[in-house]
Amino acid sequence: MRVMQPKRFELPPGRAEEGFKDKKPLYTQGEAVAEANRCLYCVDAPCIKACPTAINIPEFIRKIGTGNLKGAARTILTANILGQSCAQVCPVEVLCAGSCVYTGWGREPIHIGRLQRYAVENTLAKTPDLFQAKAPTGKRIALVGSGPASIAAAGMLALEGHTCIIYERKAIPGGLNSLGIAPYKLKSPEALKELEWVFSLGRIELRTGVEVVEQAKGPGQVSTSELIASHDAVFLGLGLGADSKLGVPGEEGDGVLGATHLIERIKTEPGLTLQGVKRAMVVGGGNTALDIAHELALLGVEVDMVYRRSEKEMGGYVHELDGARLDGVRLVENRQPVELVRKDGKVVGVKLATTRDGKTVPGTEELVPVELVCMAIGQERATGVARAFPGVELDSRGRVKVDAATHRTGNAKVWSGGDCVNGGKEVVNAVAEAKIAVRDIQRHLAGA
Amino acid sequence: MADLEIDFCGVRSPNPFWLASAPPTNTGDQVMRAFDAGWGGAVWKTLGNPIVNVTSRFGGIDYGNTRLMGLNNIELITDRPLEVNLREMREVKRRYPKHTLIASLMVETKEEWKEIIRKAEDTGADLLELNFGCPHGMCERGMGSAVGAEPKVLEEISRWAMEFAQVPVIVKLTPNVGDILEPGEAAVRAGIPALSLINTVKSLMGVDLDRMVPLPRVGNASTNGGYCGPAVKPIALHLMSQLSRHPQCGKLAISGIGGISNWKDAAEFIALGATSVQVCTAVMHYGYRIVGDMIEGLSNFLDEKGMKSVMELRGRAVPAYQEWGELDLSYKLVAKINEDKCIGCQLCYVACMDGSHQCIHVPGRTEEESRKAGHTHIPQDIPNRVVTAKAGTPGARVPFVDEQECVGCNLCQLVCPVPDCITMEEVPSGKPTESWNDRVAKGTDFVPGGLDATMAARRRSS
Repeated sequence: MRVMQPKRFELPPGRAEEGFKDKKPLYTQGEAVAEANRCLYCVDAPCIKACPTAINIPEFIRKIGTGNLKGAARTILTANILGQSCAQVCPVEVLCAGSCVYTGWGREPIHIGRLQRYAVENTLAKTPDLFQAKAPTGKRIALVGSGPASIAAAGMLALEGHTCIIYERKAIPGGLNSLGIAPYKLKSPEALKELEWVFSLGRIELRTGVEVVEQAKGPGQVSTSELIASHDAVFLGLGLGADSKLGVPGEEGDGVLGATHLIERIKTEPGLTLQGVKRAMVVGGGNTALDIAHELALLGVEVDMVYRRSEKEMGGYVHELDGARLDGVRLVENRQPVELVRKDGKVVGVKLATTRDGKTVPGTEELVPVELVCMAIGQERATGVARAFPGVELDSRGRVKVDAATHRTGNAKVWSGGDCVNGGKEVVNAVAEAKIAVRDIQRHLAGA
Repeated sequence: MADLEIDFCGVRSPNPFWLASAPPTNTGDQVMRAFDAGWGGAVWKTLGNPIVNVTSRFGGIDYGNTRLMGLNNIELITDRPLEVNLREMREVKRRYPKHTLIASLMVETKEEWKEIIRKAEDTGADLLELNFGCPHGMCERGMGSAVGAEPKVLEEISRWAMEFAQVPVIVKLTPNVGDILEPGEAAVRAGIPALSLINTVKSLMGVDLDRMVPLPRVGNASTNGGYCGPAVKPIALHLMSQLSRHPQCGKLAISGIGGISNWKDAAEFIALGATSVQVCTAVMHYGYRIVGDMIEGLSNFLDEKGMKSVMELRGRAVPAYQEWGELDLSYKLVAKINEDKCIGCQLCYVACMDGSHQCIHVPGRTEEESRKAGHTHIPQDIPNRVVTAKAGTPGARVPFVDEQECVGCNLCQLVCPVPDCITMEEVPSGKPTESWNDRVAKGTDFVPGGLDATMAARRRSS
């Protein structure tokens, strides 16, 4: 029997993200118990229904109140194996806490995320051995990509006694959880620590720097046919691709960065500075736009967030916009960049046009001086890898097509979940989809 | 403005709010600050031969986020030299002649009682309170609750006190007895004019589960202490009312004690027969300042009820305290859930399902679903009403009450977190008033469906 060595993932010091303070720091015991005691312990609670992973929230909160912290963590992690990161990154305002009966009553909802973090973080620090994997089954499952969907699936499959092999293209595992979360919510080392815990649950092997392609041409590549042939099941947790581009003059060159690319650098690159950048413009109206705008503002940059429609139509959450504004982000509605102006190659400004119904109105251009432009208008789809699997289909928007009840793709041995399926949602959605897929993979492996 | 002045055994007190004999009345400085804050009287920390105290001394019980629902202590009587206490008492009485100063006393022998009564009266104290209630430490030495639990000893010491005392004597009773009327009647036999109760309840506050030592902890051990605070109020109300409705004991002046924290608590004690009330835990928690609200609140209440004085309120609720056998079996209440106020937490539903009579239903269920959930009785009429709580989360279901099955127990109303959402409404039962005692008198006090032996005996006797 081969026992996997627990892996430690380390990031170099001097990363910009280290300077960010937690917006919702870990509760002290007194804070947690006081907050837990506020919970009404509703029956058939709306918060459970609002959670994509259906964590029994009143139950774990009651356990915090009684001092049964280990039980609280078990309740959480049984329903959501990534309970640690979800506690920190979930938009609770629109999920569990948003549906708390106190919210409808006009009272402060229970701070469910912070209570969840308290239970899980403290328990995993003291007694990480909450679960015991079943005896080895000899089954091998390949997981492509190491983001939240794959990690959650691998953890659950490992507990069932299967061997999981994760193939990750990048050097740092974790996908958006370690590379893409705003550092005032969750820092990379925290995400990696959770990932190490998941890996400790059973037989999970991680292969980083490996690309899954149709035809492997050398080391660092593995072909899809080989993957399917050498494993009992394959799970695709591909995430999304590179940041989309606007396609306006002046966009190519220094001074223009994709939002997820810049967030990744803030989180992982030692010594990253924004020297010479006093003003930045973030283009987009979604949550990624809000995240990078908020992060830049916290780094001391004057930030204009430019959105081509009105505030009402923004995809980003209201509570995130409120938070970003408190830290200095300015929202400019109904505007669209038509040209990035450069001087000696450097970005010096953006020409903005007024928009009506999202379309630019000619003759309304104005020049806004900035030193940095950040594109947050969406991400490409990771269509290449998915297409390389025979039978796996994509929808018109480039998302991997699955059966909603099983998350199985058109290939009977391939399942999928997370952003590559849903087009970009929360970590908790990735976990929920992984749960569905794992249940079906179990059925499949059992010969049903 | 109603008159808050009271007459307690001929002693006039500016108001019925007295501090109980406890840490808040330990020194002259404290008592003078309390009088400045508005307290009408103070029972000095019990005098006797000085003692030695231990560390720690108090234990608390919290309920949810509310601290000190109950407090216990293992502190003994005053640990200061007698002369110091007497000097300060004299000084307090000199500076606050209109306030009521009560000396609490606890000694052993007749000679000691004689001496301490003389010395206490020399300070100008208006009343004496014999501490027959303290249930920790002192009782092991044959004093405190050891006396209160032994009617004969209580009677004898009370007689000594009546022999030596010039001012009225109060006997302070312990709740740690099987029947409170026994010590009460013993006090009456000794000619005592006043009672105060309850002293604290024997208690252990909990266990330190890491050290396996009960609380409060003194090194590696603990001992039983005296329990007080809001948690004991219902116990105190019951024991006091037992005395106030007793033909002889009810004629004595009563100083009510036990969890009184505000004017409402005080009004309840007075309505059940107290003339004055004594407060300790609430002051230990929040300070002397709480008396301002107590004075104002009681005064407003009396005005609203058209009562001119505290004495008019005294004992008003006593006649309504009756034996179970006197209660009306025909009286019927039914719970109503206000769908505009309901937030959809469904705590009433689970309380009724698991803790009462399964008569609260969640709408939108089929009969099969209802039976699966545990209902054995399906209401004939499902009310035609909204199933979404207006005050709560969209989609939350507002439970409804099967009025035919509702036994009117109050439980749903008691667990509902929303004020005035669940109300208990009187419904005519269509039956004449009838108590169990009425049935006994008529010979109809038999409910079929019980034991065969009972049934046979019943047949034989009829």
